[in-house]
Amino acid sequence: MLHISLAAERIGSILGMPITNSLLATWVTMAVLIIFSWAATRNLQMIPSGIQVIAEVLIGGLYDFFKSVTGEKHINKFFPLVASFFLFIITANWLGLLPGFGTIGFFHGEEFVPLLRAATADLNMTIGLALVAVIAIQYFGFKVVGFHYSSRFINFSNPIMFLLGILELVSELSKVISFAFRLFGNIFAGEVLLAVMAFLMPFLVPLPFLTLELFVGFIQALVFSMLTAVFLNVAVSHGEEHA
Amino acid sequence: MDVSSIKLIMFGLTVAIGGSMPAIAIGVLAGKALEAIGRNPEAASEIRTNMILGIAFAEAIAIYSLVVGLIIKFV
Repeated sequence: MLHISLAAERIGSILGMPITNSLLATWVTMAVLIIFSWAATRNLQMIPSGIQVIAEVLIGGLYDFFKSVTGEKHINKFFPLVASFFLFIITANWLGLLPGFGTIGFFHGEEFVPLLRAATADLNMTIGLALVAVIAIQYFGFKVVGFHYSSRFINFSNPIMFLLGILELVSELSKVISFAFRLFGNIFAGEVLLAVMAFLMPFLVPLPFLTLELFVGFIQALVFSMLTAVFLNVAVSHGEEHA
Repeated sequence: MDVSSIKLIMFGLTVAIGGSMPAIAIGVLAGKALEAIGRNPEAASEIRTNMILGIAFAEAIAIYSLVVGLIIKFV
């Protein structure tokens, strides 16, 4: 029977805290990224060879792309955060497509509990990422603009600006929800789609859907990081509106 | 009309109705972007980036309705 569960299933606990299968997948994602970074920077050469070439193409390409979004002035401040979002989310999304994620597990009484599940298919994970993004936006706003940044939300100069400030506050909160649900919805719906397609017709038919999920995983990572970069840009240009 | 059949029907209706407006929005967005690229082929990559941004916002609404449907069916 088809196994679809909105919430990530618990597979164990450490000192009373539950370990879910998506937490295990998050650890696998972290291990992949850490091992890749270690292997690429082990023997840094001026003329790269081997894995260092791949790392340079990746980081260089991302740097140029985000420079075109945020501009020359602030790219060095924002790049670590935004590139980390992109690399983590794309690795987590693509790892969730490997055979074994969602299929290898054990039976807990009557129901099937998979051992691994795509890391970003857990709402807890995406809410965490969204909170980090929005809090980082406020942090960079205060750091670059200074105390004047709080006039974006609390502005007593005239009644219209006051209402606008409250609207901005609500809009920041809605960004958390929108970031979290966009990523969760896309990846979880992709998992459900693949499970249903494989359940209906396991031969050849899941192939175009796997291609679609590869594409969707890439686009969602791109959109998450690009939106973070755009909102960071908006936040740090708060004082400069009337040029 | 028991609860599980209502859940089934509402799941389908939620996703169908909630996905139709974003589909129109994405179509209009992509159409305008193609027009803009046609008028100014040099700016194609900038237009493409902004189009992807706009499409992501529109698609998020469709995803919200899908998540609500999944909650109705499976929770």
